[in-house]
Amino acid sequence: MSEALLSARGLTKRFGGLAAVNDVTLDLWRERIHAVIGPNGAGKSTLTNLLSGDLPPTSGTVTLSGRDVTSRSPERISRAGLGRSYQKTNIFLPFTVWENIRLAAQSRTPHALRVLVGAAGLREANARAERALELAGLQARRDHVAGAASHGEQRQLEVAMALATDPQVLLLDEPLAGMGTAEAERMVDLLLRLKKAHAMMLVEHDMDAVFALADHLTVMVNGQVIASGMPAQVRADAAVQSAYLGEDAHG
Amino acid sequence: MSTAKANLETLPLGLRIALAIGLLALAAFPFVGTDFYTQMVARMMILAIFAMSLDLIQGVTGLVSLGHAAFFGLAGYALAFASPQDTPVSLWWSLPLAAAASGLAALVIGFFVVRTHGIYFIMVTMAFAQMVFFLFFDNKVLGGSDGIYINFKPQAGLFDLEDKRVFYWFTLAVLVLVYLFLRRLLFSPFGRALAGIRVNEHRMRAMGFGTFGYKLAAFTLAGALAGLAGYLWGAQTGFVNPELMGFQMSAHAIMMVILGGMGNFAGAIVGAFAFEYLLHVFKDVPTIGTFDGGKHWQLWMGLFIVLVVTFAPRGLLGVLERLLRRKDKA
Repeated sequence: MSEALLSARGLTKRFGGLAAVNDVTLDLWRERIHAVIGPNGAGKSTLTNLLSGDLPPTSGTVTLSGRDVTSRSPERISRAGLGRSYQKTNIFLPFTVWENIRLAAQSRTPHALRVLVGAAGLREANARAERALELAGLQARRDHVAGAASHGEQRQLEVAMALATDPQVLLLDEPLAGMGTAEAERMVDLLLRLKKAHAMMLVEHDMDAVFALADHLTVMVNGQVIASGMPAQVRADAAVQSAYLGEDAHG
Repeated sequence: MSTAKANLETLPLGLRIALAIGLLALAAFPFVGTDFYTQMVARMMILAIFAMSLDLIQGVTGLVSLGHAAFFGLAGYALAFASPQDTPVSLWWSLPLAAAASGLAALVIGFFVVRTHGIYFIMVTMAFAQMVFFLFFDNKVLGGSDGIYINFKPQAGLFDLEDKRVFYWFTLAVLVLVYLFLRRLLFSPFGRALAGIRVNEHRMRAMGFGTFGYKLAAFTLAGALAGLAGYLWGAQTGFVNPELMGFQMSAHAIMMVILGGMGNFAGAIVGAFAFEYLLHVFKDVPTIGTFDGGKHWQLWMGLFIVLVVTFAPRGLLGVLERLLRRKDKA
């Protein structure tokens, strides 16, 4: 087994008396997709926010490529090699699809405070953005305003923007949410291709996608991990069956 | 490129031609205008530089500052302190010094204020500006409420700023340079990052942009450019007082930027000219019965701005763009 690129140990987040995430330990390995599932309110998005630095944890640690990044700002964690997408589409609506991706790629160019060169001429950033645009299959939408793109395209754009920052670790928060069947299939294909170069955490409700993609499965309920392991094992777990997979998701 | 429609970042050809004609008209104006009007238009140009500096943080970055006049006034005071009683001061070191003083003040104040967001940013910028205002207002050493006279215009050597036309053209040159610089900046990596912060700062941080540094740099640069304008103001009027740093001055600049159209710098220029022109028109509104229409010019100005914001959210520049486009089609 390759080394873990991202490790969380005993991660806890309390909002007042409520522990939204309670003592969660998990690892993300290169070339593996780690799916996190659980009912609404289980703490999956909070967990994602703790890992990306959007929220500081109450206790516990996060290490990224061997470096402690606990409670670091999101921009520092991003620059340390983590890219994430959001459950609620979080893009630059008035900008074109291309400018959304290009801006993401620009974050990795040095000397970003240059004021007298054109941003459109940053060769390295353009190449990175072009790759991400292509991977996400958005070439045809390149010059469209992002706010006018379809829901599915906006979801693809979310992922493309995360990719354009050249991350080693990808956290994808429900990338398939609200997608049609054809779009969802495309996205599953994309994620399989991305697996080769990334360590990936996938928060997802679509069970077909989860079982098609996941190498490792963690189930959360009420902020706690109730099962974690190979998807087949977890599926057979009695606690999981009764708590979550039971009627509504697998019936 | 980005198509932040509301901001009209990319100026269509028609607008660019209109702006070029406007520039030619400005350059030729001193040949036809009287001294009085030449001075008045120079004053409008100074305010246009001030409005552009505010547009960098307000229209581009999305930070509404109610204290921007502090940096405008500080540079005027810097000129006043640098000028001896009986001889002119050299333009070549006093101008950079004044802009640097304003930039430094903006850096220090910015360090505290750009951490805040939305309504808090508005309040904190206003609070800092009021502190600067009263620092000068209450201190005799700093001129107090009466202000300070600047007896001579700065000396340039190559040209004579005491000549009203020369001063006018010098101001025009500064206006054009600041405009070209800011337009260039708008499409640089730095400018694109500032626009990204306006639209979605949260995502910018998630993508690795240290937005605090970007905002602080923009705030500092805007302060230094406001300083350029304030220096010219002090040089032209030969007098500075705390009013220059006051709340009203800051509010007027915000109105100029909104009136003209935000985020493209051309709008700020148009807005500054329109605001100053309308100010004169509205001050001449006659008295009807016991109601002095001219004294209450702010009433008419307020109404006009409400109309523009309601019916032309892209400002006067947006209106002009629409008119030109319609003519194209006809």
